[in-house]
Amino acid sequence: MRFIEPHAHMVSRTTDDYADMATAGCVALCEPAFWAGFDRGSADGFRDYFRQLTEVEPRRAANYGIKHFTWLCINPKESEDMALAADVLSVIPEFMECPNVLGIGEIGLNKNSRNEIKVLQQHVDLAAAHDQLILVHTPHLEDKHKGTRLILDVLKYDSRINPERVMIDHVEEHTIGMVLDAGHWGGMTLYPESKCSPARAIDMVERFGSERLWWDAACDWGPSVPLAVPRTACEMRRRGHDESLIEKIIFENPKSFLSQNDRFQL
Amino acid sequence: MDARHKLIDIAAFLDRVERAEGDADFRLEAFHVAMKRLDDKGKDRAQDVLMAFSDPTEEPIPVAPGKGACGAWPGESE
Repeated sequence: MRFIEPHAHMVSRTTDDYADMATAGCVALCEPAFWAGFDRGSADGFRDYFRQLTEVEPRRAANYGIKHFTWLCINPKESEDMALAADVLSVIPEFMECPNVLGIGEIGLNKNSRNEIKVLQQHVDLAAAHDQLILVHTPHLEDKHKGTRLILDVLKYDSRINPERVMIDHVEEHTIGMVLDAGHWGGMTLYPESKCSPARAIDMVERFGSERLWWDAACDWGPSVPLAVPRTACEMRRRGHDESLIEKIIFENPKSFLSQNDRFQL
Repeated sequence: MDARHKLIDIAAFLDRVERAEGDADFRLEAFHVAMKRLDDKGKDRAQDVLMAFSDPTEEPIPVAPGKGACGAWPGESE
């Protein structure tokens, strides 16, 4: 089995996790910028974080034969502070030409506030101005359905955005349809407590088909499983699905989306 | 077996709530509403349960009250 882990926060994971992922067949992974579990105090904190994403993690991954790619942004959890967001947005272009940067992400909404929407629009503008791919985080639990709708409205409003160059992550049964109908890609995040279980992720592939969909572990500092994608592939095999369909979801689809940026080379 | 195990876990959770002291919060009411969706016919129970917990409003809120989600929409007045 070979797979691409399209969403993993490896700054929060141990070297053993890299080793396990490589052993399970991971050939590449993508690390979006995210919230550290506390609010960073200044744009300089983000500058250091972006150096970690573009210099340090690629070396850690390479030790296990895994290609490391990344996405840059200020996470929606820190978007309520408009001044900080403006400072961070001004730092991002410094890193946009780094060889492992694929685009802007994971942007989106958290509590669906007005300031979060303004910062989302600024990120979308930055991506459009630099012709970047976009990776979107959709809100948690009770805020997901409303937030996904608001995010789709923001993307639809900007005529420069090609829907096929936008991945909307963390879809569930009540949001996957609207994401695919809008022409975007959808990501299912395999978490042990929230978001999506392996069984439900396979159900959604059976119901919605395999086009423009991927699975990810989104492993970070919270309850999460770095091997969630290969484990779900095993469950899919147990249900009797064809190997070619499994490979499509865990390798070919993420490769197709990510290869829209020429830097994504395996 | 897996579904049976999860169903008994939910039953035990509700028993635990009954044994506890104090007032229930809005999440328990949302939980009971969501459970009614399990008796629905058709193929959209998962979607319907998710919607039972979801914020049904359409406009952005003025200011984020914090960072976390709690599992159910507390209503306009919360």
